[in-house]
Amino acid sequence: MSISTKIVDDFVANGIEFVTTVPCKQLAGVIDEVEAREEIYHIPSNKEDEGMGLCAGAFMGGKRPAIIMQNTAIGVTINTLVTLTQYYRMPLPMLISYRGELREPVACQVEMAVHTKALLNQLNIPTYHFHTESDADELDTILKYTFMCNKPVAILTDASFWGGYGDQ
Amino acid sequence: MIRSEVLREIAPILRDHLVVCNIGLPSQELHMIDDQPSNFYMLGTMGLSSSIGLGVALAQDKTVISIDGDGSVLTNFGTLPTIANNVADNFILLIVDNGSYGSTGDQPTYAGKKTSLAAVAKACGCENVIECQDKDTGEVLQKAIESKKMTIIVCKCDSGNIKLPVITMDPVVIRDRFMKSVQA
Repeated sequence: MSISTKIVDDFVANGIEFVTTVPCKQLAGVIDEVEAREEIYHIPSNKEDEGMGLCAGAFMGGKRPAIIMQNTAIGVTINTLVTLTQYYRMPLPMLISYRGELREPVACQVEMAVHTKALLNQLNIPTYHFHTESDADELDTILKYTFMCNKPVAILTDASFWGGYGDQ
Repeated sequence: MIRSEVLREIAPILRDHLVVCNIGLPSQELHMIDDQPSNFYMLGTMGLSSSIGLGVALAQDKTVISIDGDGSVLTNFGTLPTIANNVADNFILLIVDNGSYGSTGDQPTYAGKKTSLAAVAKACGCENVIECQDKDTGEVLQKAIESKKMTIIVCKCDSGNIKLPVITMDPVVIRDRFMKSVQA
């Protein structure tokens, strides 16, 4: 089973029916998998704060949401995370491609990577870092934890987790 | 008519539906005019009224009305293509377009100058877009609800505010009673 299939299986097993995505090269496989599943309404967003608004609405409408995005999005969603998701106490699993880590070919990505964990820490967002494929064994538990505590939770997935960027 | 007068006029229509209300004065005005558990007041995140409302509409069957402003739509322009491409026939976006950022002191917006939000919404692919004058908003809104077609209403009205208190209700209470209205 591919890692993307396993991730989306865990989403579905945890009742996630509404997923918004902003693409990243690393996330292409998992986004395809979300799109392919009949159990999930996939709604691409133009910007991640818009996506978090959609997720807040879906949650209040009775569906469990999730967002899939790149770590650069932390820079544009802090206000939304704080004054919507956290302030109204809503659950939001955030599957995040952690660009700018080991094996990253694009130097600019490192500039946001060095702030990513510090920002999440500052926001008191529970954060998990998937570095090897077996780390995803915990995803099911992380999703249960997210919907138990009604908080945004970050799952950072780096290049090594996704198998790198090919030959370099 | 200014925004608070429009809201006062449409309040009897709004009270039977789920309403997501824009941050700042619009929420404060609706809260004062006709507070309902089915109103979700945004206390933060300017621009996301339409996104939150679309999310609610896609997740369940009751009619959802997002009350937005021209300035707020301008700040989250990406919402219009998302709405156009994810049709929810129980969703109405009511943009109160007074050509100004009301909550921050009536600074002019581009929607009050050359930019037509109705034209933008149409260009984004929204199929039922109606621009109306303030006094006609109630009738247009009622027809949109009855049509059971996703509709974008751009209500042109005057700029201006009334003095009123901030909302002190706890956000979790706002969210909880709104969710109970969804489930009722």
